[in-house]
Amino acid sequence: MAAPQSFLWTRRVILTFLAVFALLPVYVMVSSSLKPLQDVSGKFHWIPSGLTIKPYFDIWDTVPLARYFVNSLIVAGTATVLSVIIAVFSAYAVSRYKFRGKRVFTVTVLSTQMFPGILFLLPLFLIFVNIGNSTGIALYGSRGGLILTYLTFSLPFSIWMLIGYFDSIPRDLDEAALVDGCGPIGALFRVVVPAAVPGIVAVAVYAFMTAWGEVLFASVMTNDTTRTLAVGLQGYATQNDVYWNQVMAASLVVSVPIVAGFLLLQRYLVAGLTAGAVK
Amino acid sequence: MTATVTTDSLTEKSDRVTSRGSGGARRRLPRIPDRIRQGGLPYLLLLPAVLLELLVHVIPMIIGIVMSFRQFTQFYINNWGGAPWSGFDNYKIAVDFNAPIGEALLHSFLVTCVFTFFAVGLAWLFGVAAAIMLQENFRGRGFLRAIFLVPYALPVYAAVITWAFMFQRDNGLINHVLHDQLGITDQPSFWLIGDNSIYALIIVSVWKGWPFAFLIVMAGLQNIPRELYEAASIDGAGIWQQIRKITLPSLRPVNQVLVLVLFLWTFNDFNTPYVLFGKAAPENADLISIHIYQSSFVTWNFGTGSAMSVLLLLFLLVVTAVYLLITSRGRKGADA
Repeated sequence: MAAPQSFLWTRRVILTFLAVFALLPVYVMVSSSLKPLQDVSGKFHWIPSGLTIKPYFDIWDTVPLARYFVNSLIVAGTATVLSVIIAVFSAYAVSRYKFRGKRVFTVTVLSTQMFPGILFLLPLFLIFVNIGNSTGIALYGSRGGLILTYLTFSLPFSIWMLIGYFDSIPRDLDEAALVDGCGPIGALFRVVVPAAVPGIVAVAVYAFMTAWGEVLFASVMTNDTTRTLAVGLQGYATQNDVYWNQVMAASLVVSVPIVAGFLLLQRYLVAGLTAGAVK
Repeated sequence: MTATVTTDSLTEKSDRVTSRGSGGARRRLPRIPDRIRQGGLPYLLLLPAVLLELLVHVIPMIIGIVMSFRQFTQFYINNWGGAPWSGFDNYKIAVDFNAPIGEALLHSFLVTCVFTFFAVGLAWLFGVAAAIMLQENFRGRGFLRAIFLVPYALPVYAAVITWAFMFQRDNGLINHVLHDQLGITDQPSFWLIGDNSIYALIIVSVWKGWPFAFLIVMAGLQNIPRELYEAASIDGAGIWQQIRKITLPSLRPVNQVLVLVLFLWTFNDFNTPYVLFGKAAPENADLISIHIYQSSFVTWNFGTGSAMSVLLLLFLLVVTAVYLLITSRGRKGADA
């Protein structure tokens, strides 16, 4: 049935508004990153008067951006891989087995979503310092501590979503594998995991973005050598002179990989959410 | 909530499976291992998750609660067990609304409530509108869908720094449009300090939050059977009627979870105000998480800060419980 004009016009208005709203900062980011310094220090202009790519070279010298980049990659990448593996094991246990304490586990894991980060920031800091003092394992100020922290941030949502996803995979599949002589772990990796690829990709995307974007713990738990992009980018903005063109160029550089990856994988995300979280 | 539904239906399934576990045919023989044969396997699988949750969430939270009953200042940072007990003193200080600390906490709490109401409401509204408007296929749909997800994908700090630039008084886009181009304001306004800062914070938060609502609602829409729309269409229902009578009611369970999640994230949000305003937020946009951070790490009063955190957690627990109660009652009513 053809949609009436009233609907088509409403749709046009709403979609245009939302597209402009969504992309406005992206336009500012891109255009300002191509402006010379005197241009971004004065009045804002929609069209840059002179184009320059100099900010893209300067950003690496103003702050050690490359090092922050590597730190972020290591921290977010490791946290993602570990978080996905741990979530797959947990969700498999909950989805396929009956055992005492199952409800306690799911409820506890879910309710940690509710905790204000600020509530456990200081205690966690103290625990990390104490572990360091008594065992010599440096968690405070190291990438390891941040990895541990971040992987638990995405864990509750990942477990919750994968339970839903695994439930939607017919049990006959892995039961057949058990009959054919697979162990439970074999059945998980040969049957359940391959069938759950969209859900697992969705969870991995979520975990990576959580770790890549976190600010609070990154500010408190890192030192000069382990600083991530989340803290490093503030380096441009808190100096006496704010190099807005460099801030924008650096923001763009740290955003491009993650936005590109996300857009490539967004189909999986919707598929994963449909089967996992939204039922 | 969804989790409960999941666990219940699971228990049912495993019951069914175990009850016919000892059949004669070869194909049926082992089925799912029964309780004795599975032994500790589920626990082993859960072990890493449990250990990490304990280390990073549960134990710190318990320490946080204990700290809230102690007189914990910077002098005890290396010997936190040695901080003297103070009973409910920290709580009394936090809720004494006539004294400066309590008054500031109450103010910050109210600001957070207003902020959360508008930020969640608008993010939800935009997300639902976008998802419904993109439900039908038309040219450019995939492109718009990708554009709408960009704010969700951008790292918070990069995006919020850009907004901070846009809100600059002298060289920002917002004042350029409002003052220079449209002439709405007499002179360029301050957005990141003073009374306007709450508006800036809400706008940035909505911008960051609505794509998540869009994503979840879009996933929810895919579970509505096409036949419902076809049947309605045959009965002569127009597109507006279909949205009102089919789409919106079908989205109810999804919306209930979505609003709760948005509420919890927005109420606890630290990243957005911290990157937008820095360590000290303007009074008008002094969100509770920043306020507690300030009280703990800047004024070095960790005991009071912990008490405030515990109060915040209690508040969130109560709101969540009430919300779940109301929505599950609503669902039962609809089923009956």
